Amino acid sequence: MTGALLSVRDLHVTFPSERGPVEAVRGVSFDIHRGRTLALVGESGSGKSATAMAAVGLLPPNAKITGEVSLDGRELLGLSDRQWSGVRGKRIGVVFQDPLSALTPILSIGRQLADAVRVHTDLSKKQAWTRAVELLDLVGIADPATRAQEFPHQFSGGMRQRVVIALAIANDPDLIIADEPTTALDVTVQAQILDVLEVAKAETGAGVLLITHDLGVVAGHADDVAVMYAGRIVERAPVKRLYRAPAMPYTLGLIGSVPDPHATHRRPLVPIDGEPPSPLDRPPGCPFAPRCPLVVDACRAAEPELIPIEDEHTVACIRAEDVVGQRPDEVFEGALAAPARAVDAEPVLRVRGLGKTFPITKGTIARRQVGTLHAVSDVSFEIGPGETFCLVGESGSGKTTTLLEILRLRPPETGTVEVLGRDLATTPAREIATELRRAVQLVMQDPQAALDPRLPVFDLLAEPMRAAGFEAAAIRTRVTELLDLVGLPPDSLDRFPAAFSGGQRQRLAIARGLATKPRLLALDEPVSALDVSVQASVLNLLAHLKNELGLVLLVVAHDLAVVRHIADRIAVMYLGHVIETGPAEQLFAAPRHPYTQALLSAVPIPDPERERARRRIVLSGEQPSAAALPAGCVFADRCQLRPTLSEELQNRCRTQRPALRDPDEVSGVSEVSGVDVACHAVNPPSDLTRAASGKEGRP
Amino acid sequence: MTDVGGDVLGGAVGAPSLRLGRSRLYLRRFARNRGALVGVVILVLLIGYAAIGTVFTPWSWSDQDFLALTQEPSRLHPLGTNQGGNDMLAQTVHGLQRSLVIALSVSVLTLLIAVVVGAGAAYLGGRVERMTLMVIHFLLVVPSFLILALVSNQVAGDWRVLIVVLTLFGWMFTARVVWSVSTSLRERDYVLAAELMGVSSWRIVVRHIIPHLGALLIVNFTLGVVTTVLSETSLSFLGFGVKTPDVSLGSLLADGAGTISSAPWLFASPAALLVLLTVSMTLIGDGLRDALDPTSTAGGRG
Repeated sequence: MTGALLSVRDLHVTFPSERGPVEAVRGVSFDIHRGRTLALVGESGSGKSATAMAAVGLLPPNAKITGEVSLDGRELLGLSDRQWSGVRGKRIGVVFQDPLSALTPILSIGRQLADAVRVHTDLSKKQAWTRAVELLDLVGIADPATRAQEFPHQFSGGMRQRVVIALAIANDPDLIIADEPTTALDVTVQAQILDVLEVAKAETGAGVLLITHDLGVVAGHADDVAVMYAGRIVERAPVKRLYRAPAMPYTLGLIGSVPDPHATHRRPLVPIDGEPPSPLDRPPGCPFAPRCPLVVDACRAAEPELIPIEDEHTVACIRAEDVVGQRPDEVFEGALAAPARAVDAEPVLRVRGLGKTFPITKGTIARRQVGTLHAVSDVSFEIGPGETFCLVGESGSGKTTTLLEILRLRPPETGTVEVLGRDLATTPAREIATELRRAVQLVMQDPQAALDPRLPVFDLLAEPMRAAGFEAAAIRTRVTELLDLVGLPPDSLDRFPAAFSGGQRQRLAIARGLATKPRLLALDEPVSALDVSVQASVLNLLAHLKNELGLVLLVVAHDLAVVRHIADRIAVMYLGHVIETGPAEQLFAAPRHPYTQALLSAVPIPDPERERARRRIVLSGEQPSAAALPAGCVFADRCQLRPTLSEELQNRCRTQRPALRDPDEVSGVSEVSGVDVACHAVNPPSDLTRAASGKEGRP
Repeated sequence: MTDVGGDVLGGAVGAPSLRLGRSRLYLRRFARNRGALVGVVILVLLIGYAAIGTVFTPWSWSDQDFLALTQEPSRLHPLGTNQGGNDMLAQTVHGLQRSLVIALSVSVLTLLIAVVVGAGAAYLGGRVERMTLMVIHFLLVVPSFLILALVSNQVAGDWRVLIVVLTLFGWMFTARVVWSVSTSLRERDYVLAAELMGVSSWRIVVRHIIPHLGALLIVNFTLGVVTTVLSETSLSFLGFGVKTPDVSLGSLLADGAGTISSAPWLFASPAALLVLLTVSMTLIGDGLRDALDPTSTAGGRG
């Protein structure tokens, strides 16, 4: 192809390791043109980041790189460090995943931006500073002149990512490389950052290489997509074509395994069985063959080449023709079962007015309290038998604190917690330890961190049972049972967690949670640390276990799409408060609280046509600190609804904290929806004039 | 050394397959370090010398040859004799034994105390932690060598008492290091997970915190041996440690120092042994640190 901005040809990257060389990238070729966005999609270990880092010369010196990478016809591989410095930052700008570690904490934001400008131009310090302020303004930072003098820690996560984008475009680059730019951010902030990236692209006219694992982000913001698997590009097509007619089973599976919170009905979520192959031990044929439902013998013989099947659509699959036109749930088996209905009975867990505060202290020698952080305020809910209850919120909403407060099984700071009908404040500690502890167990977010790496599987699984006083013989039989229950081979017993893949480790963590036959299993972000294709199979396992064992699940999650597929009832949290709660179906079909609406709207849809056609609610700003709670509604400052309300109602939002109430009861609708909302503006009580706005409608 | 240390301090049971894999990995990283291998060879030779060195001479360390007082090395006495007619070879063998036994037992004991106190304080937190740290900091500022000298002088040079005394005044520094590392370990997710499963505090310390100190402990152990050998020899050199008729490397050095110009062989052989011992332990300690530290690049070449 001619006129390509960045042209990568047959790129190979190999890292040395104790167990032999690891081929991270194996023969990748692509072009990026000015003003277009190429998304490189893949799971962890697929080689997408190694590809991008090779293109900016930021791989560690022990990596072996072969192939060609040229920018406007100039070969980049083999440049000296000094020559690279003339390219990086000037012709290529990079946006990193974690904005906290991408900024120097000891220099002011303006100084860092000005330095970036001065490295490549001969502007004076003063001119560079002016340029820095301009850049901050461009990426949407309010009051840029003042904020330029502040330091990274005074910025929130989303603001920092804006600064990183400003750094990347400081010298008007021809190419912007964005490496998972929104993965570390909350979903409502993610939408803002993607918009800023669009602005940056429009402003510089640069080509963009967007690296991500999130097919939703790709659908809304890429022009072309290249899917990577096991170090190679396995499919490449314009974005609409790829979503409409994927020709590689892996792509099809990826699209099918992305939950869609906006679907009108609960679409079955299809899992891709197994895990990506280890780079040290790849099968001889197609690397996806062991996981592929359409595999034939020829797949295992030789690795298929990337061949064009239609204009601009290339694919590395010998069965491409059979794949086009299929639906994910037709190809992949084991679609997710719909959750069972809840039954009315004595609740397993009842939480009333739970509150938790942390003191904010200052000084090292004479420590004094300077404030109070209200992590959780007045949270109430109950969970009945056989029910799956989800606490949803962004980071800092207090959802994990709520979970831990319950699981510690100690009398809470304020409010009451009843487990199996017994109040923690009045039950003797001995009885809690012997009876309640085994009934309530936890599965943590990151299985790698939650499983002690120095203990073999047997000891890991035996630990909760030993703590609950099981007998040795009972433990031995139970451990084998547990492995079977979560679908791990029985010979895993003497292996260490490091020998398992991410999805298997989460299965282990779930097995450990089930060891004492608990009534209530609490899960803290159970799939957020896993790859997309593995998430679906873990969610399936949870749904299966729940139906089989009659478990009650309490799930904490930030990902609404995931929640949609397992929850019976949902509580949305914001700044330590539950702002809306109700049955999952209803909450997704007709969210009442403006924050819930915004949260739902922020989740990208994995379908380019729908994603680009819809109007999103992009909230301004970010969740404020819980150290200074506003007097009125906690969401009032960011509320997209408030400007449309009557003056009286606005005043009320500012001064009076809304309580959870059933909005339909007030307006006299007889049907009981079971939804409770903490908002003055949703069907306001009769003493207030109803505001003229269509807030009940879907965005 | 590596294998034994890794397994004992790694604290895990069972799982022969992976266990082997990991210790093999450590072994390979260790073996890549030339200096560490040299250290191992020297140490093995020294231990061999201490164990079976007496076969090279018919004399025992307490025998006195009155026909050969202060003699240069000869065929009968390969390393010469001292003023009392003791065979220097037999004496250095015995002295090395003494010094090694003292050094190893003191290292093991200080490590045990340091780990229990340091990790316990870190995990339990609160008042226990503050009190423990106060004691540690107090002991750290006390001039321990002076106290050591006074106490061991009182008890007249019994080597067993020396072990106790060296241990009592030697555990604080390691305990402080163990404490600071454990404070980060106690924040790990698996510790919280164990807590929420209802596992008792003591079990959490033993199962989830101490095993993760493994690398630190092994390195501290080897370097601790060096420190102990040096303080034992210094004490004995000054006359506060092992006393005649018993000998250690330190007391041999003290004896030899007086006649260094007239009978240099009395000083040379114990000094050479001491240097070899400390150098080998330091080399091994450095090698272990690089091999066990996953972030170290020294062992990571491919």
